[in-house]
Amino acid sequence: MRHLLNTLYVQTQGSYLRLENDNVRVDVDGEFKTRLPLHHLDGIVVFGNVLLSPYLIQKLGRSHKPVTWLTEWGQFTARSETPVSGNVLLRVAQHACTCDAARTLAVARFIAAGKLQNQKTTLLRSAREAAGEDAPALRQAARDINAQIAVLPLAETVDEVRGIEGTAARSYFEVFSLMLRANRDFFWLGERTRRPARDPINAVLNYVYTLLAGECASACQAVGLDPQIGFLHALRPGRQSLALDLMEELRPVVADRAVVTLINRQQLTPRDFILHEGRTVTLTEDGRRTILKHLQERKGEEVYHPITGRKTPIGLIPHVQARLLAQHLRGDRPHYPPYLHR
Amino acid sequence: MIDLLITYDVSTETSAGRKRLRRVAKICVAHGQRVQNSVFEVSVTEVQLLALREQLLNVMDPTEDSVRIYRLRQPREKFVDAFGRDQYRDLSAPLIL
Repeated sequence: MRHLLNTLYVQTQGSYLRLENDNVRVDVDGEFKTRLPLHHLDGIVVFGNVLLSPYLIQKLGRSHKPVTWLTEWGQFTARSETPVSGNVLLRVAQHACTCDAARTLAVARFIAAGKLQNQKTTLLRSAREAAGEDAPALRQAARDINAQIAVLPLAETVDEVRGIEGTAARSYFEVFSLMLRANRDFFWLGERTRRPARDPINAVLNYVYTLLAGECASACQAVGLDPQIGFLHALRPGRQSLALDLMEELRPVVADRAVVTLINRQQLTPRDFILHEGRTVTLTEDGRRTILKHLQERKGEEVYHPITGRKTPIGLIPHVQARLLAQHLRGDRPHYPPYLHR
Repeated sequence: MIDLLITYDVSTETSAGRKRLRRVAKICVAHGQRVQNSVFEVSVTEVQLLALREQLLNVMDPTEDSVRIYRLRQPREKFVDAFGRDQYRDLSAPLIL
């Protein structure tokens, strides 16, 4: 039986990690913080300015526990390669799964189901706070998405899953602007446009999705998955398909929710946007800073994770999901459980 | 993982005894968490338990010292009540520092 070991995440800037009697000893600014026995850990992920002693790095390497270095903002920089890591076997399992149409379909379906369910949760939450005629419209869209969830088990190909997802996305984005309660004449959403953004909401969504995608790619790499081999997203050169897969279920609850909150609290106002000729919209530097700060704060907020049954900071949900996916690919879990927000 | 409670009593009358005490403590620190002065809570696999027991038996002096290993009933949090200055950290909970 495989023991589920824990990963140590060190975010405190200026931490110093060293080996002490088969324990990781963590000091912050020269002061003792904690000591953790190594045999509980399957790896260490450090953010930004965190120092590891050479003896600790060597010991971790010898005992097949990789170290992952991310920037302070969570962007992947490096990962240590241990003499024999589970890494290659996991990647082989991942590749084998994408070659198996039935398994790919199953994973794609669960990812889509997670996304649709979370879209529904997001709409219903806004419906509770909405006034007037907005609430019934939001509830109707939630019911439409619910109908699409019911159709998902009938999908026989990944293309059909993508079709169902697209139908749900249309219902969702049709009512997206009804979730907003401030500066409504400015924030409107015609349709989802990527590059270039045609309206302010698209500009914000694109920016937030890019940040989230980067985090999901880091999470894949931290777990040892190949970020380019996806299930729901088609494989394309240079595309981080798996990262995009992981992001799907997080879009509504992590990214969209943050955008709605920022606009409703009037932290993002028309002044944060530049309208260019030819109907393209970009964010000002101040606007980008406001969004980054909010996302960073949100990452620390703890939510209940229904699968692990634990309170988890939002920023670590991509890591948890990547590990759950890895467990499924290795055969330790019958299916991939998407993250469902409460 | 098995949850264990390890307690020991090492005679410190001689310098050899004090040396044994330090070594026993070190072995326990390497495997688990010190919850009281000579009381440790340890969660290990069966294999690690064998290695741990072997190390302790090699160090202790059976005529002078005593080491006791109790298996804790799981889940630990349901069957252990701790009061006062308790510094136990659940090592299966998310570790974010």
